[in-house]
Amino acid sequence: MKKLLIPIFCFLGLSLMAQETMHPSPAQAKKIVITGATLHIGNGQVISNGTVSIDKGKLTILSTAPAISAEVEHIDATGKHIYPGVIAPNTNLGLVEVSSTKSTVDFDELGEMNPNIRSIVAYNTDSKVINTLRTNGVLLAQIVPQGGLISGSSTVVQLDAWNWEDAAYALDNGVHMTFPALINRPNGGGGRRGGDSDAVKAGLERIETARVFFREAKAYLNEKSHAAVNLKFEATKGLFDRSKSLYVHCDLVKEMLTAIDFAKEFNFKLVIAGGTDSWMIADILAANQVAVILHEPHALPAAEDDAVDQPYKTGAQLQKAGVLFTICQDSGDGYTQIRNLPFLAGTMAAYGLTREEALSAITLNPAKILGIADRTGSLENGKDANIVICQGDLLDMKSSVVTHAFIQGRAVDLNNKHTQLYNRYKYKYNL
Amino acid sequence: MKKFSFRSLGVLLAFLVHGLQAQVTFPINDVANPRAGYYAFVHATVVKDAKTTLQNATLIVKQGRIEAVGTSVAIPKDAVVIECKGKFIYPSFVDAFSDYGMEAVTASNYSYRAPSQMLSNTKGPFSWNQALKSEVEHAKHFAVNEAKAKELRKLGFGAVSTLQPDGISRGTSALVSLAKDRENMVILKEKTAAHFSFEKGSSTQDYPGSLMGSVALLRQNFLDAQWYKSKPAQEGLNLSLDRFNQNAGLPQIFAVTDKWNVLRADKIGDEFGVQYIIKGSGEEYQRIDEMKATKAAFILPLAFPQTIDVEDPTDMRFVNVAELKHWELAPTNPAAFEKANISFALTANGLKDVNSFMPNLRKAIQYGLSEQKALEALTATPAQLLGVSDLVGSLDPGKVANFFIASGPVFAEKSAIIENWVQGNGYAVQSDLWTNLAGTYQINLGSPAKLVIQGEPGSYKASLIASDTTQVDLTQKEQLVNLGYASKADKSQRVRLTGSFDGSSISGTGQLASGNWISWKAVRSEAAKSDSIQVKTNKPEAVGDVVYPFNGFGQKTIAKQENLLIQHATVWTNEKQGVLKDADVLVKAGKIVQVGKGLKDPSARIVDGTGKHVTAGIIDEHSHVGATGGINECTQSVTAEVRIADVIDPDDVDIYRQLSGGVTASHILHGSCNVIGGQTQLLKFRWGQNAEALKFANWDPFIKFALGENVKRSWNTSNPRFPDTRMGVEQVLTDAFTRARDYEKQGPGKRIDLELETLLEILNKKRFITCHSYVQSEINSILKVADKFGFTVNTLTHILEGYKVADKMKAHGANASTFADWWNYKMEVLDAIPQNAAIMQAVGVNVAINSDDAEMARRLNQEAAKSIKYAGMSEEDALKMVTLNPAKMLHVADRVGSIAPGKDADLVIWSDHPLSIYAKSEKTIVDGTVVFDRAEDVKLQEALKVEKQRLIQKMIASKKGGAPTRPSAPSVKKQNMCEEDHNHDKSLWERIASRFIDEDHINE
Repeated sequence: MKKLLIPIFCFLGLSLMAQETMHPSPAQAKKIVITGATLHIGNGQVISNGTVSIDKGKLTILSTAPAISAEVEHIDATGKHIYPGVIAPNTNLGLVEVSSTKSTVDFDELGEMNPNIRSIVAYNTDSKVINTLRTNGVLLAQIVPQGGLISGSSTVVQLDAWNWEDAAYALDNGVHMTFPALINRPNGGGGRRGGDSDAVKAGLERIETARVFFREAKAYLNEKSHAAVNLKFEATKGLFDRSKSLYVHCDLVKEMLTAIDFAKEFNFKLVIAGGTDSWMIADILAANQVAVILHEPHALPAAEDDAVDQPYKTGAQLQKAGVLFTICQDSGDGYTQIRNLPFLAGTMAAYGLTREEALSAITLNPAKILGIADRTGSLENGKDANIVICQGDLLDMKSSVVTHAFIQGRAVDLNNKHTQLYNRYKYKYNL
Repeated sequence: MKKFSFRSLGVLLAFLVHGLQAQVTFPINDVANPRAGYYAFVHATVVKDAKTTLQNATLIVKQGRIEAVGTSVAIPKDAVVIECKGKFIYPSFVDAFSDYGMEAVTASNYSYRAPSQMLSNTKGPFSWNQALKSEVEHAKHFAVNEAKAKELRKLGFGAVSTLQPDGISRGTSALVSLAKDRENMVILKEKTAAHFSFEKGSSTQDYPGSLMGSVALLRQNFLDAQWYKSKPAQEGLNLSLDRFNQNAGLPQIFAVTDKWNVLRADKIGDEFGVQYIIKGSGEEYQRIDEMKATKAAFILPLAFPQTIDVEDPTDMRFVNVAELKHWELAPTNPAAFEKANISFALTANGLKDVNSFMPNLRKAIQYGLSEQKALEALTATPAQLLGVSDLVGSLDPGKVANFFIASGPVFAEKSAIIENWVQGNGYAVQSDLWTNLAGTYQINLGSPAKLVIQGEPGSYKASLIASDTTQVDLTQKEQLVNLGYASKADKSQRVRLTGSFDGSSISGTGQLASGNWISWKAVRSEAAKSDSIQVKTNKPEAVGDVVYPFNGFGQKTIAKQENLLIQHATVWTNEKQGVLKDADVLVKAGKIVQVGKGLKDPSARIVDGTGKHVTAGIIDEHSHVGATGGINECTQSVTAEVRIADVIDPDDVDIYRQLSGGVTASHILHGSCNVIGGQTQLLKFRWGQNAEALKFANWDPFIKFALGENVKRSWNTSNPRFPDTRMGVEQVLTDAFTRARDYEKQGPGKRIDLELETLLEILNKKRFITCHSYVQSEINSILKVADKFGFTVNTLTHILEGYKVADKMKAHGANASTFADWWNYKMEVLDAIPQNAAIMQAVGVNVAINSDDAEMARRLNQEAAKSIKYAGMSEEDALKMVTLNPAKMLHVADRVGSIAPGKDADLVIWSDHPLSIYAKSEKTIVDGTVVFDRAEDVKLQEALKVEKQRLIQKMIASKKGGAPTRPSAPSVKKQNMCEEDHNHDKSLWERIASRFIDEDHINE
């Protein structure tokens, strides 16, 4: 009898939580108090046996546990760890579903100068990928358009939303450029193909067209009314008043040096995205207060002669030099792998960062870089309750099991397509 | 007998063309002008061959052949005598590998995205494959090209073996002289050698699309040719095979583009009883022992890499130290062959600028090649390799009169070739050199004075000495001389003289500053004492070490096996005893000897394992590292004949990178772009060893199959290759095994088919399948096909929907090798889940986690740990998924995969819990050899930095010394991708490829 019941129960459970019926949580109603956990604040600080209170979506860190009443939802997290929700910068999440199927790809627009292109309007809150991220503690993401020289504007979203308007957490607060490669083309596959033309010169000429664009935009914006409105220029406004950052996607030293000069000319707030060789000029980046969104550390060394673990230790080198940095999953099918962001941080901890520094690299640091540190990124009073409760070490797959996650105080459903299919086949095999 | 004056020689040369024929065999538009072509070159230093030099010797030439040579040869009365005092006569060089007189090869613009061409486009009764062209007799396509001939004669060449180097089987070359004559007369031998390569050249046919395909095609061609001897009716007339057989008696020359291809070619030769002569790439010094072991003779290029412009350090960091080292070491290649006592010829083939031939040859001598060997490599050896020693290669009577006259020993810096004689006809090279004006002259220009001419032809310094000394400008064209100097009366005015040199005096006329004409004569009282020209005998150039393997992480000596005693570690045995705390592992002679506590062995090096974890080496069931020349033979749906074993690349730095992640063995698979791909190869990462030594010995052979999107080429709408659906995939499989069964039934004398032989091995359970598969329908289908033909699908790899049919897999007996958490990047992985491995394991399937990715392979332990996270798998079971389980599915669990006495000592010493994200391999041990050591790696990095800097400084010096440079460009090895469409290459270059202007991808 018992044997029979379990499968039936599973089956019922399954039908209740099929992906299509999973839904965002309603706004926080009850005050929540979480006790007994080790708090990883996100700024390097660790509080053992701490208490977190969530009220109206905001955090309070308490030194002593309050009395638990019936109006309060109490979560005993003894032995568990609480972390700020992980933030995934520089993603095309929700702009693509299946990368090999072009009809599902919406991140790469035609044209050379596209500051007016806005990622948020194409962001699909129902992408099957999103729920898999929350399950691993990733609660916010920056949605970034690609293509052309000036690719468009990005928005930071929270990952528990009915539609893109609900999702928007920091709207249109970054403009993205993709620099041409400032190096000769590689000699690939046996044939000598590199070194024949001056790729650096050609690249600089292309960058110069963007300088001209911004010079004209600046002049245009000096005047309020125009006979002919230029949508592209209008979209650059926030860069000049520094309410938006300029993200330059580039990797090599000459590209980053050029980006620094480029931003200086217009007094733009600069963030380097990619930054493979940022470790080589970490001091220059620090001196210029340029932040870096580092290409995923789980990468092969860029140069054959590089140390085998160079990409693993780049973060530590930036940290040491005082560069504000975070990491992303930006290669190929990176969007399907964003759930591994905590483990990328774990690898950096194995290669020179402290574990708390590694945590900062995916929480408080990206919050600062994305301009949302006043609201999230750490377990600090008054911030949005974007937090994760984990049974073990969030950065280590050996023990990381997220048991709860809250976005703006809303308890997030941690199921996803994978847990559902898992249950379906546990049922099949009677596991 | 009047001695012929050198003055008239130039005139003679002009008339010599067509002078040889005693009887004219073609109409002439003139009166007959028969010539005897009878010459005596006297008083020369005659270098008869590399070993024999005759002083004050005579060379007699008649009718284009050498009649006599020696020191006491009588000079025939009717011979034209040419005075060669002070000159050197050498046999003209022979080039055993040339394309002189041939049309350039049109490169095929084959693209795998273009519609397929399954069969040859060549019209006629030839091979099915357009790159097999044994029937081509290049003598028929030879056309004298005087401009090119002149270039080569200038270098000293007199005869070359030539063909259009196009295709895999290229046909026969011809020995031709560099004479300006009708082709009928210039071709000295119609067929000198049969030629081969791995490059399909102008062939527009798809197959072969990879290096391993080329190897397979060559092997099949041998078998087909053998079979063709029985005149099989099924084949009809096949001139390609017929001529391949006919050419078997000729020397067989195999042209390669890298050092490992030498071994690949030689191995094919060994299989079919052919000893190839190898036309090398110039990298052979990097593996000279292996070269020697082939027993092949070589034809070596003298093309050396150009100096790189190294001024930008941020660019140069992307240029491999290996590329820099090769720049430095390439000139040592011929010397390395001489030292190793390997027979070799030198060729001018491959030089971008033929004029760099002599400078490069001198460089090779400076880097240790002896002059004698150099000469031999340009004369006797190529002649002997081509079987034309009766014609060329030395100055012996009866041979073709190909020789050149040089101003000194030919390899000396200051020597130059004056004339090159080909088939008994003289061709001027630098005829000015006949006339050496140097000396002291008595000259009368109104008053007596001394004219002193110093130096060499072309760089004279002259002065007029009377009461004072006046500088004289001197120019010379053969015997005509112009002198110019400042007038004594008015320094701003010039005196200009013209004269002719007769061997002892110059006489002529001139114009004084006043405009008056004056006759003059300068009589040489004393010829300049010419310093005898010597080859520089400097100490050989100091160069860096050859390292094994030849890259930044190679070492001068390969790491050696040790006896090791690892003490006080946490040992994950993967055996019944489970995880042992504070335990020891004793390793001797490459094997694990003992596991336990308090072990002792005085012969062993102690490794302190306190706080560390020891596991068996990680085994990657699905990898594409360490292979070259294309990982996919995409061109047909069934390519069971191709073998990864043929294309192992021991220099791949990714092998070292795998070791840094604790991987000790990897199963290198063919890609997944066709249904029946190629034979796979299990490697042990014995870093530094050659391809054969990297192979896992005595393992059951495997083959790669694939299903689904890749094999039906979902991304390509223009390619007509069958199949286009999963329905068709199932039929390709059924058809292949049906054909194999039918083939088996055929009697003796059948055509041996490498593809079907391989499929038969599967049917006969001697070869095992690892099958790329994703969705449940296709998994189910291949299991049914296998059931029908009575064999088991050994491994389903990727198998992301394995969890849906795990029960069927278990019933069939298949193993599963999967990813931890990849999904959603293409339609057939939409339902992939990270609990897949755990479900399959729980159902009873043997499960491994593989990489299919050179980067992720370094973290396979952590990938395995994801099953703990997502499905609560036990730690020990998780670890087994990357050690013991893959060992089992690869049939090698008797030797690797766990820590037990008697097993291979393939071990990893981890800094932390081996399933933790914080774990790093501190030592990776293969067969008791520490092949990766994290502490040593730091030292290696430092040494690499120093070596690279040394080479960069040397390049700067080279540039400052006037060497031409090329711009730097990153050295990039393309990551082998399993699939054509899903590119998970995470290398910087792939990621930023679209940022290069005008190009979408760095490689196709």
